[in-house]
Amino acid sequence: MSNPFKTLALAGVATLALSASALAEIKLGATISETGPASFLGDPEAKTLKLLVEKINAAGGIKGEKIKLFLYDDGGDPNKARTFATRLVEEDGVVAIIGGTTTGTTMAVMPVAGENKIPFISLAGAIEIIDPVQPFVFKTPHTDKMACEKIFEDIKKRGLSKVGMLSGTDGFGASMRKQCLAVAPAWGMTIVADETYGPKDTDMTPQLTTIRGKEGVQAIVTPGFGQGPAIVTRNYNQLSMTIPLYQSHGVASNSFIQLAGAKESEGVRIPGTALLVADLLAADDPQKKVVTEYKALFEGATKTPVSTFGGYAHDAFAIFVDAAKRSKSFKAVDLRDAIEGTSKLVGTTGTVTMSAKDHIGLDLSSFRMLEIRNGGWTLVK
Amino acid sequence: MADFMQFALSGVTVGAVYALIALGFTIIYNASDVVNFAQGEFVMLGGMGTVFAHQAGLPLPLAALLAIALTAMIGIIFNRLAIETARNAPVVSLIIITIGASIFIQGVVQIVFGKQIYRLPSFSGDTPIPLFGANILPQSLWVIAGAIIVFIALWLFFTRTMTGRAVLATSNNRLAAQLVGINTNFMMTLSFGVSAAIGALAGVLVSPITLTSYQVGVPLALKGFAAAMLGGMGNPKGALVGGILLGLLESFTAGYLSSHYKDAVAFIVILVLLSVKPQGLFGTKTVNRV
Repeated sequence: MSNPFKTLALAGVATLALSASALAEIKLGATISETGPASFLGDPEAKTLKLLVEKINAAGGIKGEKIKLFLYDDGGDPNKARTFATRLVEEDGVVAIIGGTTTGTTMAVMPVAGENKIPFISLAGAIEIIDPVQPFVFKTPHTDKMACEKIFEDIKKRGLSKVGMLSGTDGFGASMRKQCLAVAPAWGMTIVADETYGPKDTDMTPQLTTIRGKEGVQAIVTPGFGQGPAIVTRNYNQLSMTIPLYQSHGVASNSFIQLAGAKESEGVRIPGTALLVADLLAADDPQKKVVTEYKALFEGATKTPVSTFGGYAHDAFAIFVDAAKRSKSFKAVDLRDAIEGTSKLVGTTGTVTMSAKDHIGLDLSSFRMLEIRNGGWTLVK
Repeated sequence: MADFMQFALSGVTVGAVYALIALGFTIIYNASDVVNFAQGEFVMLGGMGTVFAHQAGLPLPLAALLAIALTAMIGIIFNRLAIETARNAPVVSLIIITIGASIFIQGVVQIVFGKQIYRLPSFSGDTPIPLFGANILPQSLWVIAGAIIVFIALWLFFTRTMTGRAVLATSNNRLAAQLVGINTNFMMTLSFGVSAAIGALAGVLVSPITLTSYQVGVPLALKGFAAAMLGGMGNPKGALVGGILLGLLESFTAGYLSSHYKDAVAFIVILVLLSVKPQGLFGTKTVNRV
């Protein structure tokens, strides 16, 4: 009889070899809102994932394994997102899930990921996703709270402090409004007006008139996404208002300038990602290479301009690939540990360093304060 | 005072949008008692059609005309394929068919034109016009003028023309209308064509203000429907007054009470009014003779 340890080791190697040949490909799941109210987020996200999977497979995959992408369209419906997440885990047998375009769909997928111990990288904004930290849940976008802080930091730099808020009542706007109200005192901000508008409203001049009438108001902050912020910007011009206007990262894309109009959006400031201003970045900027490459890939294949949202999907996929390369195996639990160990990974949104306590891994420096000038973006120094 | 004027102008602007859409409901309702929930899609088609025709290089007026004509065609096809084939179904079934058509049209537009939000350039620039200390955009004047012109045209049509009366007769009693020599099928085709055209015209006029996308129709149609109910379904005067009233209610609530309760207050007022006057402000009581 030979050494029992040797047999065990051999058996182990055999199992590994077996499982490796059985898993001829890495199964990656995604549930994205390609259609529905959040489609302008989900559409570039889905396109990005498909492009990147194609690209990495053409280059030989990860450690010789090809990635197989299981992509479902949940239409922004949390119930569907949950059903698809369950299908991804139980039928498709994926080792990780990317997606949850909106906070609502993300919240629906989180318990499925947690129960089945499958790492889940969300593409949604709200801070509740990673605070408190759940072992299997990660996310790539900046949080609403960071956007508020970035805006307040800039307002403070201008020597102003009295802020009027005009928030959308959609999930994004409502969540960011809450965060802004919460962090305002820490940045020395006084909220002198707190107005809202419905996501389908077509005129916000009454709210702006009310804000304008508040004693000493010095700046306007407008959390929201979709058409609302563009209409707010147009109404702001209609009322000939001049105090600084801040929009949120929810509308940080070129289509915002088109919708609001170049003349109307002149001087509007938005916290955005490096991706939007790829051309303006200094040559030695750490993000320059990543954002330029992604921009070229996406715009070359889709003939549409890149958006921050596609960038979130890019980063989620980059985190997954980076983790898979470092991971002991392609098993879900090992991948989870590897994702948590992500360090100094440069993405389109920022440089990501995760830890057991931080499942987003970004800081304020990754937000760039942008200002719209002559229908284009400029970096605020 | 300047604030009051600004709220009023905002209310009238938004109200005119609602009124234009509410007016689109009246013809089909008058011809068939059907509330056409695809009316919002006609508005969307008008806006989206103009955006794409304009992008393709047509001058704006021509693009708008083309979009309106195409939408009218779609209205007629919709009637021919979906409504006429189910002619003997109860009104409720027909209304549900219009909801189905609405979802279908949205789906097709989403695939053909994509999911982006678009804006039409304003017809007369974006320089605000000062008015008693408040500002109004030139495009708002276009919308208000459009609502008034469509209202007058519809009012004349229903009260002064034989065809208009024939449409009303078709709705009142289809068989009797046929017996006196009215081509009821043609009246239905006409009503869908004209309704779709009015919807599309509304879409063209409001798109510079409200922006447009494949899913802009439903929320606009719901507000237009609420306005039509408030004023009295089927009555052009009701649509106009109901729309403006709803717009004013919303903007004054947002201005003086709180923007958080804007929609709630507007709808509570509508509910209270309808419980007192179920036919709306200008609606006529339907009397069934036995």
